Amino acid sequence: MSSFPLLTFLIFIPWMGVLMLASMPHAHPKIVRGLALLYSLSTLALGLLAWGNFDSAAPGYQFVEQHRWISLGVLNVSYHLGLDGMSLLLVLLTGLVAPACLLASWKIERDPRLFCMLFLFLQGAALGVFLALDFFPWFVFWELSLVPAFFLIKLWGGPGASRAAYQFVVYTIGGSAFMLLAFAAIFAAAGTFDFVELAALAHNGGLAAKFSGPVLTAIFLGVLLGLAVKVPLFPFHTWLPSAYAEAPTGASMFLTGIMSKMGVYGFLRILWPLFPAQLHAAAPGLIWLALGGVVLGAFAAMKQTDLKRMVAYSSVNHLSYCLLALFAVAGTGRLHVEASTAALSGTLLQVFNHGLSASALFFCVGLLEARAHGKRGLSDFGGVRTAAPVFAGLCGIAMFSSLGLPGLNGFVGEFLVFRGVFGLAPWAAAIGCLGLFATAYFLLTFWQRVFHGPQGPGVAAFPDLNGLELVTLLPAIGLMFVLGVWPQLLVSVFNPLVTTWVGSLP
Amino acid sequence: MVLPVQSVWLIPALPLLAAGIGALTPRGGRALAAGSAILAMAGAFVLACLALNGSLNSAAPLGSVHAVHNFDWFDLGHGAVRLGWLLDPLAAFMCVMVTFVGLLIFIFSLGYMEPDANFTRFFCFLSLFAAAMLGLLVANSLLLLFICWELVGLASYLLIGFWFHKPAAAAAAKKAFITTRIGDLGLLLGLLWLYDSTGSLLFYDGGAGVLESAALAGLAGHLLAGGLAASTAIGLLIFCGAAGKSGQFPLHVWLPDAMEGPTPVSALIHAATMVAAGVFLVARVYPLMSADTLLAAVPVHALTVVAFIGAITALLGALIACGQSDIKRVLAFSTVSQLGYMMLALGVGSWTAAIFHLLTHAFFKALLFLGAGSVIHAAHHEQDIRSLGGLRPRMKVTFATFALGMMALAGVPFLFSGFWSKEAILHAAHEWDVSQLPLYAGLLAVVLTAFYMTRLVAETFLGQPRTAPAAQAQENSAVMTVPLILLAVGAVLLGFIGTPACPWLQARLSGEPLHSSMGNFFAGGGLMFLSIVLVGAGLGAGWWLYGRQLRATAEARDPLVVASPTVMAALANRLGFDELYAATVGRLNTLTAALADGLDRWVFGGFINFLGMLGVFSGMVNRQVDEDTLNHGFDSVSESIRGSGRRYSRAQTGEAHGYLRVIAIAFVVLAFVLVLGGVR
Repeated sequence: MSSFPLLTFLIFIPWMGVLMLASMPHAHPKIVRGLALLYSLSTLALGLLAWGNFDSAAPGYQFVEQHRWISLGVLNVSYHLGLDGMSLLLVLLTGLVAPACLLASWKIERDPRLFCMLFLFLQGAALGVFLALDFFPWFVFWELSLVPAFFLIKLWGGPGASRAAYQFVVYTIGGSAFMLLAFAAIFAAAGTFDFVELAALAHNGGLAAKFSGPVLTAIFLGVLLGLAVKVPLFPFHTWLPSAYAEAPTGASMFLTGIMSKMGVYGFLRILWPLFPAQLHAAAPGLIWLALGGVVLGAFAAMKQTDLKRMVAYSSVNHLSYCLLALFAVAGTGRLHVEASTAALSGTLLQVFNHGLSASALFFCVGLLEARAHGKRGLSDFGGVRTAAPVFAGLCGIAMFSSLGLPGLNGFVGEFLVFRGVFGLAPWAAAIGCLGLFATAYFLLTFWQRVFHGPQGPGVAAFPDLNGLELVTLLPAIGLMFVLGVWPQLLVSVFNPLVTTWVGSLP
Repeated sequence: MVLPVQSVWLIPALPLLAAGIGALTPRGGRALAAGSAILAMAGAFVLACLALNGSLNSAAPLGSVHAVHNFDWFDLGHGAVRLGWLLDPLAAFMCVMVTFVGLLIFIFSLGYMEPDANFTRFFCFLSLFAAAMLGLLVANSLLLLFICWELVGLASYLLIGFWFHKPAAAAAAKKAFITTRIGDLGLLLGLLWLYDSTGSLLFYDGGAGVLESAALAGLAGHLLAGGLAASTAIGLLIFCGAAGKSGQFPLHVWLPDAMEGPTPVSALIHAATMVAAGVFLVARVYPLMSADTLLAAVPVHALTVVAFIGAITALLGALIACGQSDIKRVLAFSTVSQLGYMMLALGVGSWTAAIFHLLTHAFFKALLFLGAGSVIHAAHHEQDIRSLGGLRPRMKVTFATFALGMMALAGVPFLFSGFWSKEAILHAAHEWDVSQLPLYAGLLAVVLTAFYMTRLVAETFLGQPRTAPAAQAQENSAVMTVPLILLAVGAVLLGFIGTPACPWLQARLSGEPLHSSMGNFFAGGGLMFLSIVLVGAGLGAGWWLYGRQLRATAEARDPLVVASPTVMAALANRLGFDELYAATVGRLNTLTAALADGLDRWVFGGFINFLGMLGVFSGMVNRQVDEDTLNHGFDSVSESIRGSGRRYSRAQTGEAHGYLRVIAIAFVVLAFVLVLGGVR
């Protein structure tokens, strides 16, 4: 295994798929879709292979690949890939969600080849973000992921897609620009882009010694801004509802399932290890922002009449739990091992669980939209459960997973987040409960208005799920049950890593 | 034969398996779904009996011993999150009750739900409920209990909204879930607090559990700001969850609406078992709830709050029940009131009396609801007692069993179970040294209970039928009447396991030695005499108003409405709690949502749009300057104005370009400054 560049294959097989599809301009759409799905599934296969060979007792990076890439005078960039428990979690999530996104886009008639190419390009870029350990390639992947996402939203999106896509890209690039500046400054001082080296430098105080205090703070804020927009952290989230709502279903699923995780990943991989002291200082304020996302995100969802915007706001709420837990750990003055462990484990579980349930929910809304010929208002339906009971049942499971019903996956992550946050900042946990309440409220309103009551106009003719739709949805639903009952399956992947993180807390 | 604690999980697992089968059975597979549900429940009943047998015959002193089986759920850092089962007389008695009553209600449902198209789904949900409820009973971890607690809430939600095409049912289901979730958030916070301060959520764990002396001493000894003991605060938070689930004031509003569900559901979930889960929870964590009782200086004891909430609920529920005219709503408010009695008993220190009343109430209230279901089924879904009447000769078994249930609930002396369990509660309230107010509330509710039940029976069964559905009613088939008879037997006999002369149940539950003597009858005998007189007064008043002169037509005005229309209108309107909540909590909720949405649209979104426009503007200026300096010609100037006007009209394009250009320039400048200037 040692010489096999597994991680390179993970990233570049989807991109090879792009080249392959590009070279066959006249292929039949069926062949195009099949090939794209195959290339997309490679992530799942290689992810499982990596899991099988993963030493889950070791907290460090595995399958490491490191080559000199660019050395031009002072510029020293290496192609450095590595996989730890957190990366593996995200690779597996990508492997599960990305093929589902392609299946959800199966019926796209308009230039399916271009769609599939863009999608595979996006998938590879996201994997690059989760595996690169040098800022230079990491940032290349990070920015490259925007290009296909932009076109996917703009070309296949709804009526407001153009504006939403521009807003999404400009906003995100606006944030990344500050991050790029910050890393340019770090490189100028430290002479390396390597995350591992930088983290070690930060840990022994070497990084702080190279800067005067305010400069380091400015650098920290630059990185923070880039990541905060991506997650998004409240109040940098205003691009999200329209981007998610206007994107085609498959892209919405990927945006919420995978791309929002890139931000959380960045917080854990970069911001926290490199700037522990700055994050500690900023955490009391950041906790309030995360709470704003938890509470106001959920309440804003309550007010939405467009179902996609509602689910988009629920993503703001769910991702804010992850950040809330991280900020609580980083910001606490005292060392509370159990609570910190719970909070960080909860964050990682929440990352995975939200990817599953939010993408499933977006898929369900997409199904409603397809059946109602583009309508997706809260009051455009009613009584769908009578017409399509299986669909109603599966959508209900995704919904209850999202609202954190015990027995399904969402509960374990949220419970651990709350357990950790309560131990570190009890008042924040108490306020966060409002978000739990509001989430239950708007999801049940969604369920009641759409699936229950007398049938709305045209609902009687809604077909139930067909085979393709079942294949898209059932793996996620199955995993919701498995992970709800047996979270150890995932926890075992990252528990040593989390233990190491907590062990290195000051 | 006994069931070892390691195998206790089988009791909930059997119905869970049946629920799985039911979920995968297509609509046509009625026999499979119902058959597996009933078989699983029967199996669970047998196992529960074996478990009870084992827990009663164990060699160690009862009550003090908790056979447990704990295991790791998943790793967390160097430790693990642990769950477990336990088997003690409390869990065993409850399991036997739930499986027995549940089995009878399952069988009754065969008849009641027979015409329904979603018959298989119904049995799937019922089994899911039974599994979660039984899991809740045998949980040895507050976390596992919470998991099952939420799952019974889910099953309740699904079953209240079973006839989801009815908007009222869909709304009631949501209301139930949301209202109980408000309480559950308290429970969750209490659970988190408990976890954080003790490092465990296992009830019993060889000395390290949260209900064992080491943890309790720590919690009671830890005083918070304001002098409150930590155990009091945690106990009250846990009680929030119990109050939500058990329909205690002020979270009782969902329970009457839950009657939108099919009647067997009302009998099983919203009368006999799930709503009693709150009472069970408080009884389960009783050592924690009472840990502060020995502290003199604290501002309030957790159990005092429980007692007063219970007393208020008991009185309030009984009052409102007098003003309802839907047969199921009367019973629903009666359930609220009886749950109040149980909480009162817990609060005044007698958790065994609470469990005794819980068990007897489960039988007679399930009986009353199934009787109501039998009436509703026979009278073509007519539920208004004013429109019924004259059912006694038409439905003899239903009438006889319903009358037995009514007497048990009203507390008719000596022969009926409700009398004994209510006596036990009143005696405990009498002996409480904090206040006698709960006792007075309880005594007043005794009169009201006897009164509204007399009214219910008189209006429903006596006289002549007042509408066509009532006139056409016929007795139901044996599948529905046999469960009624069996429950009626229980409603009578169950009282004798806990009479003052021989309080066998209480002794078994608490593990204290049994003191049986006829002399116990006369301890506090004055109170028993008083309560018998009060029951008589309630029955008499009911008879005087409703039985002596029977209602002639469905439209005839109720004698109490004639006497005081405003009071009765307020009672019929449930004292306006729903309106009050809609005007306060509901409005606050809507306002917060509007605020959150408005902040996004106008403040944060507005700021970003402003930044975007700034970018467009700078791009425009930039371009203008470029073209002015490069091309001096008038034409090119006007062209550029037109061009940038066009660009402005396509605002997004300009936005991106302008923004990126500024960023690029800034980056280059800054990089130069940093690299050349030498940041050290």
